[in-house]
Amino acid sequence: MCLGIPGRIVSIEDEAKKLGVVDVGGVRRVTNLACVLQGQAPSELVGEWVLVHVGFAMSRIDPREAQRTLELLAEMGEVQEELEAMRRSGAEAGTGAAS
Amino acid sequence: MKYVDEFRNPAAGKKLVARIREQVAALGRTAADPIKIMEVCGGHTHSIFKFGLEEMLPDAIELVHGPGCPVCVLPVGRVDDAVFLAEQPGVIFATYGDAIRVPGSQKSLLQAKAEGADIRTVYSPTDALALAKSNPDRDVVFFGLGFETTVPSTALTLLQAEAEGVTNFFVFSNHITIVPTIRAILDAPDLSIDGFVGPGHVTMVIGTEPYRFIADTYQKPFVVSGFEPLDVLQSIVMLLEQMQAGEARVENQYRRLVAHDGNATAQGAMAEVFELREHFEWRGLGSIEESGLRLRDRFAHLDAERRFLVPALAVEDPKACQCGDVLKGTIKPWECKVFGTACTPETPIGACMVSSEGACAAYYNYGRLSTLPVLATSGA
Repeated sequence: MCLGIPGRIVSIEDEAKKLGVVDVGGVRRVTNLACVLQGQAPSELVGEWVLVHVGFAMSRIDPREAQRTLELLAEMGEVQEELEAMRRSGAEAGTGAAS
Repeated sequence: MKYVDEFRNPAAGKKLVARIREQVAALGRTAADPIKIMEVCGGHTHSIFKFGLEEMLPDAIELVHGPGCPVCVLPVGRVDDAVFLAEQPGVIFATYGDAIRVPGSQKSLLQAKAEGADIRTVYSPTDALALAKSNPDRDVVFFGLGFETTVPSTALTLLQAEAEGVTNFFVFSNHITIVPTIRAILDAPDLSIDGFVGPGHVTMVIGTEPYRFIADTYQKPFVVSGFEPLDVLQSIVMLLEQMQAGEARVENQYRRLVAHDGNATAQGAMAEVFELREHFEWRGLGSIEESGLRLRDRFAHLDAERRFLVPALAVEDPKACQCGDVLKGTIKPWECKVFGTACTPETPIGACMVSSEGACAAYYNYGRLSTLPVLATSGA
């Protein structure tokens, strides 16, 4: 019950009750959108990705932030490769600092 | 699946692990004096086992599995109360599936169901409310469980029940809050944690500000983390970076979902419906001040604890069960005397073996038995 799953809002079930239909990995379910409206009407959210917990969309997934986190991950990997390359070249050239 | 697969890339994971090895070496820590990192949330425990992250990490990092599994910390007495409610004449008792096998002192909800109690497994509190509306001659009791991740859902459902004038829907609230729990761990004398992987989905509701005291007062790094393998590994890199810099800050790795201020609508619904209890009993951890939530007086007519004479007896944890030590992180699941023998997911003694987010069930289900010293030396 604690594991949230990402899904996409595909249609609106009841505008007044803030209910939408969310597609989670092919399974569609009526989901309460009250917590993710942020002043918008439910119909404006169709197509958005949200995280669903026990029948309630609890947060929108920010695609830009997702991208930035992935970029940061890639950078961490690049830095690591750089360090390893530096060490290898240092070891080969015999200039590596003693560790 | 979008926003899932990207965070499961094995090549990126290997690089992060290499980075972690460098950091650990730079910090000069070894397996004899490991860096202890607690993942507070059971969802992280689940991911760590599912993806085998513990094996990928250097020995000088010890992951301590925290108490953030609401089903696991439910004390025996509250399970007995749930069984009592389920056995009242005319009651339909609605529960999340996670809780149905948790043993009470006499029986679990599953056993009560086998004996004839009308117990229904629901996915959402709104399903329980729908049951109440379609069964107007019955009392429907919903077993409210969880930290701030699920509290808003229960709150919004109660607000809906109030607005629709439903009179046969009741909530048995066992909702709990995360901050007093972390404080209790920080104050525990027998445990020293170097840093925390913070609960992503609780934080999505409450925001990052409530954790500030962990960095400011206790000087511990705290990184709010997502649940995919790369999220957890990146969070560990961020924690180690803070340690290398001699800093203690609250950072947010899970920015795609967690806003600094959390979710205002969810916070508003929680505050409108719930208030803090003076004390709440936790399995294994004892009573923690202001850690439990009850319904406000305005919702007394929807409160199962006021509608029914709930026994509310304190019941000791079973003697053989060491869930309390597992929840505090002072022993590993496989160090418990009954782990995998008398206590299995089919016949659990303690709640940590029941929920998929419990540390014992995670160890058991994902076959991390090689951690057992006996098996390890025999090459298994």
